[in-house]
Amino acid sequence: MSLRDIVQPFTVWKRALDKPYTSLKPLEERPGAPRYRGFHINNTAKCIGCGTCETICQNEAIDLVAVLGQKTKHGDSGLRPQIDYGRCCWCALCVDMCPTSSLGMSNEYVWIETDPEKYRFVPGVDDKSWNDCELGYRRSEGYDLLTAKRVEMPMLPFAESQKSFVEMVQGYSKEQAMKEADRCIECGLCIATCPAHMNVPAYIAAIRKDEVEEGLRIVYEANPLPASCGRICSHACEYVCAMKHRGEALSIRWLKRYIVDQIYAMDYKKVLKTAEPDNGKTIAIIGSGPGGLAAAYYLRMLGYGVTIYDSKDKAGGMLRYGIPEYRLPYDQIDKDINWLKELGVSINQSVRIGRDISFEQLHRDNDALFFSTGLGKPFGLEIPGDDLPGVKDGLKVLEDVTNGVDADLGDSVVVVGGGNVAMDAARTSRRFNAAVTILYRRRIEDMPADVEEVHESQGEGCVIRAQAIPLRVEKGTTKRLRLVWGKADMVTDGKGGRPVPVLIPGSEEVIECDTVVAAIGQGAEYEFIPQDIAAKLQFNKGNVVVNEFKQTGDPKVFAGGDIVNPKKDAISGIANGHSAAKGIDIWLTNFKDKA
Amino acid sequence: MVNAPKISPKAARGVDLRRRNQAHINDNPLMPPIVNGKAVFELESGKYLKTWQGPQHPGITGNMSLELVICGDEIVECKTHVGYLHRGFEKLLERRKYIQCFPVVCRIAVPEPDFNEYLFAETLESLSGIQIPEKAQWIRTMQLEMARLASFFMWLGGQGGAFGMETQGQWTVTMRDYLLDRFEELTGHRIYHMYMLPGGVRSDLPEGFLGRLRDTLDTCQTTLDDVERTMFHNAVFKMRAKGLGVINPAIVEEFGITGPNARAAGFARDLRKDEPYGVYPQLDFAVITRTDSDAYARAEVRLEEMYQGISLLRQICDRMPKDGPFFTPLPNVLHWQVPKGFIYTKAECTRGEYGYYLESDGSDKPRRLYVRGPSYTHAVSLMEHLSIGCNIADTAGLMVSLHTYPPEVER
Repeated sequence: MSLRDIVQPFTVWKRALDKPYTSLKPLEERPGAPRYRGFHINNTAKCIGCGTCETICQNEAIDLVAVLGQKTKHGDSGLRPQIDYGRCCWCALCVDMCPTSSLGMSNEYVWIETDPEKYRFVPGVDDKSWNDCELGYRRSEGYDLLTAKRVEMPMLPFAESQKSFVEMVQGYSKEQAMKEADRCIECGLCIATCPAHMNVPAYIAAIRKDEVEEGLRIVYEANPLPASCGRICSHACEYVCAMKHRGEALSIRWLKRYIVDQIYAMDYKKVLKTAEPDNGKTIAIIGSGPGGLAAAYYLRMLGYGVTIYDSKDKAGGMLRYGIPEYRLPYDQIDKDINWLKELGVSINQSVRIGRDISFEQLHRDNDALFFSTGLGKPFGLEIPGDDLPGVKDGLKVLEDVTNGVDADLGDSVVVVGGGNVAMDAARTSRRFNAAVTILYRRRIEDMPADVEEVHESQGEGCVIRAQAIPLRVEKGTTKRLRLVWGKADMVTDGKGGRPVPVLIPGSEEVIECDTVVAAIGQGAEYEFIPQDIAAKLQFNKGNVVVNEFKQTGDPKVFAGGDIVNPKKDAISGIANGHSAAKGIDIWLTNFKDKA
Repeated sequence: MVNAPKISPKAARGVDLRRRNQAHINDNPLMPPIVNGKAVFELESGKYLKTWQGPQHPGITGNMSLELVICGDEIVECKTHVGYLHRGFEKLLERRKYIQCFPVVCRIAVPEPDFNEYLFAETLESLSGIQIPEKAQWIRTMQLEMARLASFFMWLGGQGGAFGMETQGQWTVTMRDYLLDRFEELTGHRIYHMYMLPGGVRSDLPEGFLGRLRDTLDTCQTTLDDVERTMFHNAVFKMRAKGLGVINPAIVEEFGITGPNARAAGFARDLRKDEPYGVYPQLDFAVITRTDSDAYARAEVRLEEMYQGISLLRQICDRMPKDGPFFTPLPNVLHWQVPKGFIYTKAECTRGEYGYYLESDGSDKPRRLYVRGPSYTHAVSLMEHLSIGCNIADTAGLMVSLHTYPPEVER
């Protein structure tokens, strides 16, 4: 200790005149830093109510609640996060995890209220001064707790695929499937959207845990045709997958396929539930498409005696006769159907109702009847020359190929239409080495076919002529036929409706070809239904009208599949079959005797 | 000790003010004898007074209390009481998915949460075999050094305040706030930064951040110069701190003393040198030691480490990589299962060795996460030991000189 130690401390006074360090709130505002984690904001238009914020919140501060003016729709639960600031710790994990990046934080941090209840609010819905705040915490580029990119599916290259009917999608390996399954955030939007309400997150979780047998059991709860659906399902689930907003949707369809591919058909007995004992009641099912098979499976599981009547040589309906082998190999359809047969479902092939057996007889001899006969009557081109030899319909071409019959396509084919049947017909023709042109009335983006199908058709060398209207077919000079078509202009009605193609006068062009394939849709046939029963049924635009359990105007008759639902895809047929099975069981158990 | 002679408080104070340590008590006939490190006395004899210091007391570093038995105004026995701040973090972590733990761990040491963030991330990365990008290493080291500086500034105010010098505390807490401004800018929050997480850090440096950090460091250095002049060369501070709470080098091993408390006793022990992590091997610094081992020596070590921290931060500013990723993608954090196993990782925080033990049973939640903070030793057993013979007016100064944080004792 020295004299210095006594004198020196007094130099503190030199700071006495310094500017104060503190600021005079509220006279002086002190905004938070640009990335301050302040009060939440939510772009409710972007938010899909997936609830990932609720799942990740470690304080359980977030609840998904219904809000006024927000409707539930496909891909949007209609719920929005409500945040309790009595629990929130502003860690912003909710912001990091938000797949749509709708959730963010403002840099506001002062909020004064006398009522503590007010601190529980719905960001973006409740009116707050910081709702439009540009600054504040957002997930930064280069930092992502989710995996946006999907595991690439091994596919045959186009040069290979167009040479044969070998399945193009080769399927995931175990490592690939587990990695892809890891991306799932289990929001469940897929369950709500799937027509059959398959428990997708649960079977994806089973893959993640490498419990494929459990996965198969979960799949069969809502879908008895998983080997087929795992390949050709229209995967509405993937269109609404929350991860799609971050990058790519999960490969839900192919993960389902992975599960089925891991288990041999002969092991199904060990893995899956078997049918309940016979209850003595019998059900007749007309048509062995997805609807009929699904109804048969669920009814059989409940102990009903089920007989399917089908007009074709083999069961499967459109799955077998409408979808080419490179998309859905026949052995996979057999894998699904054989399990049904093993459960005790009997299938009578090559039986046409009205010719080999009457509808009345089935109606009389069975406790209930389900028909899912599909759309078997193709629409014609309805243009001059559509009856010339060489003008074929798409479904017939596909059926011939399935049956091993020569489809007589020639060297060049023009396919008219933009749906999946058109793409299938076109790609099948490519496999017979024909040059293929696809004519479609509207734009490519308007095509009802799956995006992948359009892309793969082009990849395999099919030329797509969009906004092209076929005008007439004539006898060709160098080739069998001559198709005259005109260009179309897309005209909007100005009211936001779908644009309509209108022919541009004088824009005619000609294609010489051997075959014109019409694939512009198909309709239903109901001739097999006798007058007295048909009188009880109601029809709307060619569809049978049913209630929520697929029961028609005749309480004993149920219907499903393409003749009932507007989506006209396999999974909707399966969903119809499932609800019809439930409906039949409820009706037979509770109401039939009272009726 | 019924027959122990009565001593007046004045007489007790008469004992050499400079040499208040346990060894001395044994020589003082007025104080009760020490057997096996504990004073033997009879409370009912009327010579002793039991009193509490804390949990609400400005001289206690946080929510803790000391149960003191005093003879005159010298402490005969000290029992530490914790439990006022127990939030059960270790248990909370066992019920959270790994990613949900990272907002929790920072709360284990309020004034410098970053070491918790770092160690939690590091344990998970080591156990899962995740490599983080180089830039993340630099940013993390920068954040740890900023935290060290901010934490020492808080301590500095406390140490001055405990000896009645409140002016410097106002300056240093302001400096801490300037550093917190930088933290706010970098991480989005001032206290609980939640910025380091498994895989790296949450975002890149803001535009122009390093320049502003340098400015802040300059301000801090000027203030440190003033603090050194007015506090460390202050007769009051010297008289009260020198000779106070001398840690006998012989007990350093026995008590498991680390950090500045050990370095002031002559042990050149620093995990940044001994078991380097982050980018410390690439930085130029030396371990600072003293030999007096009293409160003043400890304060000197810390002051010098603050200057060293400023130097380290300047080195980091110079060499911070301009580009490159700052985060390595993790498995989906909702299902992230850390491989079965256990690991203990440690880092040199302001108070010494800070360690995280993580045991994973292969599930998506930690089976056990044990936090070993240096305050556990320093604030409980060492404090009890050093208090004996200490003047009651110096307890606060002694406790602050050990630099302890109760939240870290209790987890």
